[in-house]
Amino acid sequence: MITFETRPDAYHHWKLTFDGPVATLSMDVREDAGLSSDYRLKLNSYDLAVDIELADALQRLRFEHPEVHAVIVTSLKERIFCAGANIMMLRGSSHGAKVNFCKFTNETRLAMEDASAHSGLKFLAALNGICAGGGYELALACDEILLVDDGNSAVSLPEAPLLGVLPGTGGLTRLVDKRRVRRDLADFFSTLVEGVKGKRAVEWRLVDAVAPRSRFKDGVQARARELAAASDRPASGPGITLKPLNPTVTDAAVTYSAVTLALHRDKRTADLTVHAPAGPQPATPEAMLAAGDQFWALRAFRELDDALLRLRVNELEVGTVVIRAEGDRDAVLAVDRTLVAHQSHWLVREIIHHMKRTLKRLDLTARSFFAFIEPGSAFAGSLFELALAADRSYMFHDDQEENVVALSPMNGRLRAEGASASPAEARRDRMRAEAGPLLMSNGLTRLQTRFLDRPETIAGLLAHDGPFNAGDAEDAGLVTFAPDEIDWDDEVRVAVEARAAFSPDAMTGLEANLRFAGPETMETKIFGRLTAWQNWIFQRPNAVGAKGALQSYGQQGRPEFDWKRT
Amino acid sequence: MISAEKIPNNVNLSGNKRLQRALEHWQPKYIQWWRDMGPQGFQDYHQVYVRTAVSVDPEGWAHFEYVKLPEYRWGIFLADPVHDRRIGFGDFFGQPVWQEVPGEFRNQLRRLIVTQGDTEPASVEQQRLLGQRCPSLYDLRNLFQVNVEEGRHLWAMVYLLHSYFGRDGRDEAEELLERQSGNRDKPRILQAFNEPIDNWLDFFMFTMFTDRDGKSQLMSLSESSLDPLSRTTRFMLTEEAHHMFVGETGVARILERTCQLMKEAGFSGDVRKLGGIDLPTIQKHLNQWFSLSLDLHGGEVSSNAASYFANGLKGRAKEETFGDHLITNSHYSIEFFENGKAATKDVLMRHAMNEILRDWYVGDCAAGIERWNRVLEQHGMSDRLTLPDRKFNRNIGMYSGFHFDPHGAPVSNNDWERRRLEWLPSVADSEYLLSIMATPIYEPGKFANYIAPPRRGINQQSIDFEYVRTEA
Ligand SMILES: [Fe+2]
Ligand SMILES: [Fe+2]
Repeated sequence: MITFETRPDAYHHWKLTFDGPVATLSMDVREDAGLSSDYRLKLNSYDLAVDIELADALQRLRFEHPEVHAVIVTSLKERIFCAGANIMMLRGSSHGAKVNFCKFTNETRLAMEDASAHSGLKFLAALNGICAGGGYELALACDEILLVDDGNSAVSLPEAPLLGVLPGTGGLTRLVDKRRVRRDLADFFSTLVEGVKGKRAVEWRLVDAVAPRSRFKDGVQARARELAAASDRPASGPGITLKPLNPTVTDAAVTYSAVTLALHRDKRTADLTVHAPAGPQPATPEAMLAAGDQFWALRAFRELDDALLRLRVNELEVGTVVIRAEGDRDAVLAVDRTLVAHQSHWLVREIIHHMKRTLKRLDLTARSFFAFIEPGSAFAGSLFELALAADRSYMFHDDQEENVVALSPMNGRLRAEGASASPAEARRDRMRAEAGPLLMSNGLTRLQTRFLDRPETIAGLLAHDGPFNAGDAEDAGLVTFAPDEIDWDDEVRVAVEARAAFSPDAMTGLEANLRFAGPETMETKIFGRLTAWQNWIFQRPNAVGAKGALQSYGQQGRPEFDWKRT
Repeated sequence: MISAEKIPNNVNLSGNKRLQRALEHWQPKYIQWWRDMGPQGFQDYHQVYVRTAVSVDPEGWAHFEYVKLPEYRWGIFLADPVHDRRIGFGDFFGQPVWQEVPGEFRNQLRRLIVTQGDTEPASVEQQRLLGQRCPSLYDLRNLFQVNVEEGRHLWAMVYLLHSYFGRDGRDEAEELLERQSGNRDKPRILQAFNEPIDNWLDFFMFTMFTDRDGKSQLMSLSESSLDPLSRTTRFMLTEEAHHMFVGETGVARILERTCQLMKEAGFSGDVRKLGGIDLPTIQKHLNQWFSLSLDLHGGEVSSNAASYFANGLKGRAKEETFGDHLITNSHYSIEFFENGKAATKDVLMRHAMNEILRDWYVGDCAAGIERWNRVLEQHGMSDRLTLPDRKFNRNIGMYSGFHFDPHGAPVSNNDWERRRLEWLPSVADSEYLLSIMATPIYEPGKFANYIAPPRRGINQQSIDFEYVRTEA
């Protein structure tokens, strides 16, 4: 069983050091400390274990170190920055393991960009040596890249020419979308095993600057200080400490303080339940700092995040998940109000973006999610996002109309429409008025994504006076179905049984197609193309067949290809 | 309000809130449908001596009374449960039968039930004008008995839709009343149920052959893993037997009369000149309805049928008489037609389920034809009726698109066009039949010239009993 919790003093592969507003995150992979002893993590190559530590470090920088404004990402190995994902690991992995590995590493790199965009935490990649494949993709996730100019060190994406696969963590997309490298140059670069170094790397925008070995360290430090100076993070701490989640793990369930994941492996289903806050919750940033990681909004979503990760990698056959939110709906709405009122505070900001990332993790989890909204449920505000994220929602239609759902500013904010000069501006104004903090990968809120056909109604929903009963919620399109007492048991049983019986591959594809309507972003492109192309290539004999490129790499003989193109 | 007394049932209607509520919406629509689309001219002023099922035991469903048709007590009955019943075939063989619909098979089962259910009201619609051309009050009663029971069969299928298929089931139940036989925009699902039945020879042939397809389907559904479906269809089979009795004896009585008229005309004579129905016309109608009903069994090779079998949803008729209930690797030899020649090929037996049911059906029909031929034999006639080859006049399956004569020999398009009306009824034939049926016989004990009286009456009543009476 793979777990995702760690802490800096337990890291095998990274060192996290601090110097005022600049932290340094140094990769120093221990060859023998991968997830499996089947391979050795040579040349700072990585597997999921290495990336779990990276993800942890990023979380801690955000929550525990508000005084850090810039992060240098570098390596402690001589003349080696990072050789990318470990090839022997990939070769030995099942398809599902490869997909989950790529998904997690992508989420981690996107979290770096999220920190840069929303938390004032800038990343500088200091490439002290060879930087290949996933190593260069890690650098691409940073705001700036500084490459040592020693006549040898190059950046490269050798996956296609060397292994017959693609860079798996958004490298190609970031080259052309983020760094705006010309596509013909990107094409040439991506077929070059040895990569590009020195001045040419700068000219092609593959890196931002190069520095000779003698001036490299100073150059990195100087640039990191400049990046840090532009940050809006506080000058000093304290932060809060992210303590272990300590779930109770049995064969049938993972139970946290506010989240339960109950597994029914015989039925290939699970119940994922999130509990609303109980007891008094902090009402000010100061009180939140005092509550630390025990504040419900952080604790519950950390637990949810952990549960989703465990589900993904440890329960491959559990394909259908019923989501419930239980407890005091008003307590959720009160927490939402507090968060929105203080969102300019660094910690509140971090908590909200963490909620956002966790909900994205749900969007990107290849399981069918059905939300069951039953009496006593707490699908309100930020927890209602769970129902919106689900593939379908079933709301119990009770005669007394006591079963309700509610929206809060966390689902989208209302702002007075400005005086618009043109219809186009008016439309933009209105969209702005409806945007909220919990954006999906497509850059829209879940309400916006849900109502692409009638964005103008969202303002009305957000302005709705009080909660929605089942009839109103169904009419408003906030839930999928609202069966009454007579139909409920049968409808929800049949829905789950039918879902769990479909081809899991077809459901994964179906859900991924339907969940992300609306505009493309770099993020949706990365995940969309990863699923469409990389996962296809990973299944093809040209990569993984006995004579495929991935299999024959490092062995005797050249790969043998089936030359037919699609 | 839905009253369990007015709706005889053995499904605990008074304790079933879900069913009550669903029926509250549906029943008024059903009555409206019956008034609009049921027997025309016999809704308000006639009382019919019909049997009403009031329970599943033998006395309970031999309950006779005069009723006005719209006031008939349509009920809901399941055959008695079988103790510890097990799934009898397919991939779940040996497991306990299902009392609930598994989510995985809900849509497939719903489709099966809707397709079956759609035929029930369809035949009532097809037959709605026949009352105005009836050959006797005895036959008129039989027609209405068949009609109300087809209505009850619709109730039986609607019961399943309401009880096990949630909102979708309720929607489907309403649509069963919205489609109409022969309606261009919303026709009935199966083609044979969109053909009008406007003369009594068609009606008897329909109840002989198409109701017998109903029997095939009900027998295969009565094997189903879904126990409520099995029990519902088992009870429907008892009623279906009466419908086939009406068809078989109806044609037998026409044959009887035709033989008498042939003798009167001196054997060689033209029966039509004496107002009777000649044997070639009877044979042509037989050909027509047998071939249409063969089509109802579906394509010879069907992956749907294989999937129904695998999932235990729909089996073979009398599944228990087969040795192998899994037939994962068995093959079935199917005759097919290629490059102008007949050949056989082996297909996986599960894919041949429709054909296997058709085999059973053809055998059951052949036995009926033999009984008809006994009438001819008893009158010393050398003529015989025959079942056409199953390739003849097919519009579904591998023989559609080709032409065969009733012996199964291929014929060219030209020959088919030239000789078609030797084998199938023509417009002139149906005009003739309508002409001899134009005047209905409503006098007790009197029979139209083209049909002999039955041997005995209904429920031990005499033949001249007033089976249908106008209200005092
Ligand atoms: Fe029927
Ligand atoms: Fe029938």
